[in-house]
Amino acid sequence: MDLPPITNGFELVYKKPQTLTETPMHYCPGCGHGVVHRVLMEVIEEMGIQDRTIGVAPVGCSVFAYDYMNVDMQEAAHGRASAVATGIKRVLPDRFVYSYQGDGDLAAIGTAETIHTVNRGENILMVFINNGIYGMTGGQMAPTSILGMKTTTSPFGRDSKLAGHPLKITNLIAQLPGAFYVTRHAVHTANAVRKLKKAIHSSFEYQLLNKGTCFIEVLSNCPSGWKMTPAESNKWLEENMFPIYPLGDLKTPSQTMN
Amino acid sequence: MIRGKVLIAEEICKGCELCITACPQDSLALSEKINLKGYRFAVLVQDNCTGCVNCALVCPDAAITVYRQKKPAKGINPEIQVAV
Ligand SMILES: Cc1ncc(C[n+]2csc(CCOP(=O)(O)OP(=O)(O)O)c2C)c(N)n1
Ligand code: SF4
Ligand code: SF4
Ligand code: SF4
Ligand SMILES: [Mg+2]
Repeated sequence: MDLPPITNGFELVYKKPQTLTETPMHYCPGCGHGVVHRVLMEVIEEMGIQDRTIGVAPVGCSVFAYDYMNVDMQEAAHGRASAVATGIKRVLPDRFVYSYQGDGDLAAIGTAETIHTVNRGENILMVFINNGIYGMTGGQMAPTSILGMKTTTSPFGRDSKLAGHPLKITNLIAQLPGAFYVTRHAVHTANAVRKLKKAIHSSFEYQLLNKGTCFIEVLSNCPSGWKMTPAESNKWLEENMFPIYPLGDLKTPSQTMN
Repeated sequence: MIRGKVLIAEEICKGCELCITACPQDSLALSEKINLKGYRFAVLVQDNCTGCVNCALVCPDAAITVYRQKKPAKGINPEIQVAV
């Protein structure tokens, strides 16, 4: 985007990172995917690692992440992003490698790849967008959907007898010795966005030091799938998802050293 | 008060209103007009923006650019500062 000349006495304090392409994103209005894409690309721009970073896109609403993220990208089959990222990092260990996946992708069809990638301590960053639903396919129940949550495949609300419990896969991941840094964030407020940015920054620094797997869960919204306005969806997220998936670090480097 | 300015990419904006919710100054609102996608877009409606960047941080479509008034260097008239 061409910026107009800066008015006298004013300086530029924020602009879209050049690590995001000019392609308008296809996401629904207010969708957290766009925010996470931007924050990830801001960190890559600020660290000056654009030409040394490779991302792996999932299947899900963010399947076109490679059109928006202006770094080398590889598309993976549904659920397999962390396995593909493993291969890329092993062949090109001097690159910064990350995977980007939704909850259906990472915690349903890709559960085995997810657990084993972290169990091997692959030196990558895994970004996990938990919106508690299959957004792309029309709002079906995900493993992370909370109890009572109405989706197209749980029209009366998720029932644990029928569909099990919300899968706290990030908590499971934190138990594995291969996990170096495991943390849960959100993008519903400006401060939450600032914290997520710091976590991504730290993760790439740990990757440079070959520390093992960094895993960042981002609790996100799906205004369309949840059938709410974006503002309502952020409120619903705070009131209903945060109690089950509390924000904060699940494993920090000091704990890893123990 | 530190003064700020925001520039909103009207054709990129999807009118999600998250920037409006995030603005501590109530500086933003939706336009009366619609853009080519058919959305009402965010516009600055009050001259009280502080350039805090909150709106830009929550925007899912990276539609917001933020400027902030430079702190005037001592002895220099801010009116004649040259933009970089
Ligand atoms: C092998 C295979 N099985 C099923 C599908 C259908 N499918 C596409 S996306 C998706 C789930 C998307 O949900 P999630 O990963 O949570 O991403 P979101 O859209 O919510 O961001 C499914 C089941 C597929 N594309 N390929
Ligand atoms: S369906 Fe949900 S996750 Fe997908 S783009 Fe729309 S709001 Fe985002
Ligand atoms: S920069 Fe801050 S004060 Fe200005 S419009 Fe954005 S949120 Fe409001
Ligand atoms: S947050 Fe971005 S897309 Fe949403 S209304 Fe504001 S400028 Fe438009
Ligand atoms: Mg999902």
